[in-house]
Amino acid sequence: MTAAVFFGCTFIAFGPAIALFLFTIAREPLRVIFLIAGAFFWLVSLLLSSLVWFISVQISNKESAAQQKGLLIFGVVLSVLLQETFRFGYYKLLKKANEGLLTLSQEETMPISIRQLAYVSGLGFGFMSGAFSVVNILADSAGPGTVGIHGDSQHYFLSSAFMTMAIILLHMFWGVVFFDACEKRCWWAVGLVVVIHLVVSCLTFQNPDYTATLVPAYVILFGMGVWAFYTAGGSLRNIKLCLTCKDKDFLLSNHRPR
Amino acid sequence: EITDGESGEYGDVFCISASLSGDVGVLHLLESEENLDWVLRTGPNPPYMVILESTLFTRPILMKLKNGSSRVAGVLAVQPTSNPPEGFSPHTSCPNENTGVYSETYGPSYAHCNVTMWNPLGTGISYEEFDFPIFSVKDDNDTEVIRRCYMEHNRAVNGSTPQYPLCAMQLMSHMAAVTDTATCMRRNAPTFSLAPDGVCDPLGDANIWASTKPLNSSTKGHKDGVSVVIAATKLDSRSFFFDVAPGADSAATGLVALLAAASALHNATAELNRTILYTFFNGETFDYIGSSRMVYDMAKNDFTVDLDNIHSILEVGQVALGPDSRLWLHSDPVSKRNSSVNVETLVSNLQAAAAGLNLSLGEPNVTQPLPPSSFQRFLLERPIPGVVIENHQTSFTNKYYQSMFDNAEYLKLNYPPNLTPEEQLELVTDSAKALTEVATTVARGLYLQAGGELAQMSRIQADSELVSKMLYTFLVRVNNSWFDQLVKSDWTGVLSELMLYEINTSERKVKTTEPALMVQCILANLTGSIANITEGNCQDKKMDKDENMNKDIYSYLWVQGPVRPNSTERDSFCVRSLVRQSKALSPAFELSEYTSKNYSTWAESRWSAIKGRIFLVASHDLEMLTLGVGVGVLLMSLLLTYIVSSKADILFSSGREPTNATY
Repeated sequence: MTAAVFFGCTFIAFGPAIALFLFTIAREPLRVIFLIAGAFFWLVSLLLSSLVWFISVQISNKESAAQQKGLLIFGVVLSVLLQETFRFGYYKLLKKANEGLLTLSQEETMPISIRQLAYVSGLGFGFMSGAFSVVNILADSAGPGTVGIHGDSQHYFLSSAFMTMAIILLHMFWGVVFFDACEKRCWWAVGLVVVIHLVVSCLTFQNPDYTATLVPAYVILFGMGVWAFYTAGGSLRNIKLCLTCKDKDFLLSNHRPR
Repeated sequence: EITDGESGEYGDVFCISASLSGDVGVLHLLESEENLDWVLRTGPNPPYMVILESTLFTRPILMKLKNGSSRVAGVLAVQPTSNPPEGFSPHTSCPNENTGVYSETYGPSYAHCNVTMWNPLGTGISYEEFDFPIFSVKDDNDTEVIRRCYMEHNRAVNGSTPQYPLCAMQLMSHMAAVTDTATCMRRNAPTFSLAPDGVCDPLGDANIWASTKPLNSSTKGHKDGVSVVIAATKLDSRSFFFDVAPGADSAATGLVALLAAASALHNATAELNRTILYTFFNGETFDYIGSSRMVYDMAKNDFTVDLDNIHSILEVGQVALGPDSRLWLHSDPVSKRNSSVNVETLVSNLQAAAAGLNLSLGEPNVTQPLPPSSFQRFLLERPIPGVVIENHQTSFTNKYYQSMFDNAEYLKLNYPPNLTPEEQLELVTDSAKALTEVATTVARGLYLQAGGELAQMSRIQADSELVSKMLYTFLVRVNNSWFDQLVKSDWTGVLSELMLYEINTSERKVKTTEPALMVQCILANLTGSIANITEGNCQDKKMDKDENMNKDIYSYLWVQGPVRPNSTERDSFCVRSLVRQSKALSPAFELSEYTSKNYSTWAESRWSAIKGRIFLVASHDLEMLTLGVGVGVLLMSLLLTYIVSSKADILFSSGREPTNATY
């Protein structure tokens, strides 16, 4: 019966990501390739961090709840740091690849700009991260029951889906900001991205108090969205131009060579 | 443990079916019969999963649930902790009425229980068709969890409707077969069915039989000069639920009595001029599967002896002694009119056998037909003199006929709980002593009937310790030291905690299941002799490596033997006996007459995992809301993304990209 919940949560979690993929990435084979490579990099980072966590759990005292909670926090922090490290590694790899692609291709212009790469890799990270966050939950939501027989809140599926949507979009924004900061050697921005990622991940420790987790996460999402918008070249003026539909006339009449 | 389920059997109409993915229903604890109204009419959240306490598991309530089955997802029946004192029998009130000997052509006034209703407490619910699964659970911690879940979430207080989320249960017991045996067997044919393994199997197992004198089993048909006295009993029973059919009075007492009698006669049969044939029929509950097959084989000259070799038949039915210690000798009034049928000798032999023992035998003072018994199938072919020994004069005294309450508690096998299993095994209860008297009577009666002398009769005595151990093995615990010694050495580890009596079905061909194998092992050890040969020769069925002739006469069993002291090794040995198996598959399946009126046509459906679970369910509205929100988010993001990407060059135009940016 709860195929309804399954589809509802899938659309909530992956809706924006699918929309972005369909309209901006799907037509360009190069972007698809870099998206998948980005997803793979995130996957490797997860593998490493889960290996470390698994070993540390095996050697720890399984009875002590406090120790297990501490291990969980350690695991989360380690995972975030590893993800950001791999994001940096991917940036380095892409820089090298871009030079290589340029020498190989016949055209004079680079086939894909670093800004597009930032966006695509961020989205790749987001896809894979979202998948690992939510796929198990979606599989369980397809069954006949819902959460709550031991007293937990029955909004578990819904809030997990919203959290996943936030994380996917956040990864995309972080990708944009991170790559741009690396280009400009703006290391404080890189550090700030890492810190924000840590904050968002640690927010989830407040579950099952879902409001305390989701509201700050969406506030941060909005903030990051604005920052990424400005980093990518947007400005308030451009928005006003778009909204008032004066764009074409504006361009024609104010054409300036770039 | 949690659940048992009902297995789907098909002769004509009776079945239970469930959907492939399991049935989900909101839990409802039925408080009284009036409360049924909530389930069937007024409750706002159908379908319901009804929890029935044991006092409410009655025919009227089940029939009402059956009629309202669009609102009923399933039934969970809680087992009582002790047998209900008013009795309970889900079987029909006239068992096997269509396949017995009495019909329009033979004793029509006796047919269809016109004279005596054998099972007056029978409600017949085992033979009704239900569209939902019915599970049975013990009243333990898990059941308490289920009740608590209902109390916390589902209970309607003061007429208010209970709020979502509600506690629900899912029961899975998918049955593959449909309609009836003929349809089901047709769908079994490999060209038709999608399920390559078939959808149902004919009910079949093995009969166990043994003779007191060697008979060459490779030559079938009539044997000159052989006169046989058949000592028959049945070894199967059933109940409403799968896996809980102990059959204590209906099958185990007769079975144990005959085994003990065979053991008592073991050394005395050499000088008798007639052969005694002990037969343990399987499948008698389902329209005499085993006995009809043996009679069919005899009539077709496909058995070691044939019907003309039979001198008389003595059948041991339900023989648990009541407080008056009386047993009744039932005989067939129709065949007795024939002067060649001499039942009086058999009766007087049995009376003589009971002399001096602690029980009394009598014939019923009513002219009535035979109770349901395997002997009726023999009478269908020939008028043979025979007697059925039962503990009831007219209707059954067994209040729990073919139900899960026909167990050790009903037979008053009371083992004090502070004893270890080994001590319980050694304890001889009063019921065991009473049954020993019965076994001695049967043994002496057979001895006299087979031509023995009255003066020699008193040395035949059944062993009460043996009877007690057998009752313990069949009704309390299979895994004990006595039975361990007798069992085949390559068969350990198969035995489960408690004995099942239900006849089992074949996968593709008839295989012998645990009850029949147990009887075979015990009978071989009690009536056979130890052969001093190696394991290899024993498995090859010969006395030494050159001999080949006796394979068809004797059967060899390599038995585990007792544990050596201070070690885990066993002294295994070979038992040579005259015990054999014969196939107990209804002739209807041999002849492919799936709608036969003469033979049993029972088949069992194939089924997959049987399990259940409880969880909470959310309201339909919340689920639709989630779906709506999801679709809304998807559409919104598609729209936004389209707009932004089409205006991307404007939106992101104040770029600091140095050269040649392509967007």
